[in-house]
Amino acid sequence: MSLELFYELLLGLLVLAAASWSVATRDSYSATVGFVSYGLLMALVWMQLQAVDVALAEAAIGSGLTGLLLLGAAAKLRAAEARVTTRPSRMLRAVAALACTGLAAALAGTVLSLPQSTPSLAGAAVAALPATGLGNPVNGVLMAFRAFDTLLEKVVLVLSLVGVWSLAPDLGWTGRPRLLHPFADDGVLPFLARTLRPSACCSACISCGTARRAGRRLPGRDRHRRHVAAGAHGGPRRGASGTCALAAGRGDRGTCDLPRRGARRHGHRRAFLAYPEAHAKALILFIEVPMMLTVALVLALLVAGPPEQAPQR
Amino acid sequence: MSAALDLFTIVAVSAGVLFFLAGVVGLLRFPDALTRLHALTKADNVGLGLIVAGLLPQAGSVLAGLKLLLVWLTVLLAGATVGQLIARVARRAGPRA
Repeated sequence: MSLELFYELLLGLLVLAAASWSVATRDSYSATVGFVSYGLLMALVWMQLQAVDVALAEAAIGSGLTGLLLLGAAAKLRAAEARVTTRPSRMLRAVAALACTGLAAALAGTVLSLPQSTPSLAGAAVAALPATGLGNPVNGVLMAFRAFDTLLEKVVLVLSLVGVWSLAPDLGWTGRPRLLHPFADDGVLPFLARTLRPSACCSACISCGTARRAGRRLPGRDRHRRHVAAGAHGGPRRGASGTCALAAGRGDRGTCDLPRRGARRHGHRRAFLAYPEAHAKALILFIEVPMMLTVALVLALLVAGPPEQAPQR
Repeated sequence: MSAALDLFTIVAVSAGVLFFLAGVVGLLRFPDALTRLHALTKADNVGLGLIVAGLLPQAGSVLAGLKLLLVWLTVLLAGATVGQLIARVARRAGPRA
């Protein structure tokens, strides 16, 4: 058995163990700890699949941010959880077991009936990439070929913030979120914040250097990695839409704003709301930079939680 | 030269793994939160430092080596901060097991 296979098997077993733990444990705090470890292990799995972007997103959003939100929820639920001591009735447990078994069977059936050769739009995405003027195929998929999906994701994000805010108690409505109340300066967290800023700049410089070198490398040699990256990001959406206009050469799907040249090459009319090819890159950057800042702001406000009254001191 | 570097990598990484092992044993065996924290922070920081030092000759480029060092420094910083925060909570909560 090769070392790599051993590592992958070990990783798979650990993922299964962490997932089972967070489902099986009765305490919501332990379940959250299990969930965070599961997310970090999944990031390693994505790395093993060469999908660095997905791994980063999984570690930062899937594990870190979501873990933080769940920890906050678990802390609030702790008092209510301690009061619940009665076990549900036998009937209720039987129904729950039946429903869970049904769901597991449906999932297993779906996974087993997947086609053997994965349908991929990675090649088409890379081929149409020059029309957008972008260098990174993942960026091309998110900002050009699937821009409507990205837009809808942002709508979902803002709606979730509205949901969190609507949970605010009446008294807290004019207050600030708990995290934004001034807290006793105990030195440690301010120190971390002050130290992390220069170190974040430092790592940003290093990763910019790496990205630029990778960008220079991309056109020629690294075809495989590009495909994997594009395929990995397109993955979940591909399943939802079945055939995309990009691969089938159909420019008529409203959500697939294919660049014009790509559409014409396939002999079809211009897609709805497509970027004008001459200004595609400038437009994409014009949309992308404010979008990035907005996403960061919305995520920060989600973590900060609903507004509250200032704590009595 | 390269054999000596390989040997250095093997020795340093193995020593780092030993430190991690000691940290885990301390986490499982020590009696209260503060001693467990002590075992974990020391062992992990030194263990990771040894592993990073051992991997430096294998990094291939200066940039990759810098990245490894940056990872170590970031973990040091995060570990020290979180260790302080947990220790404060543990002290406020009083001597419980």
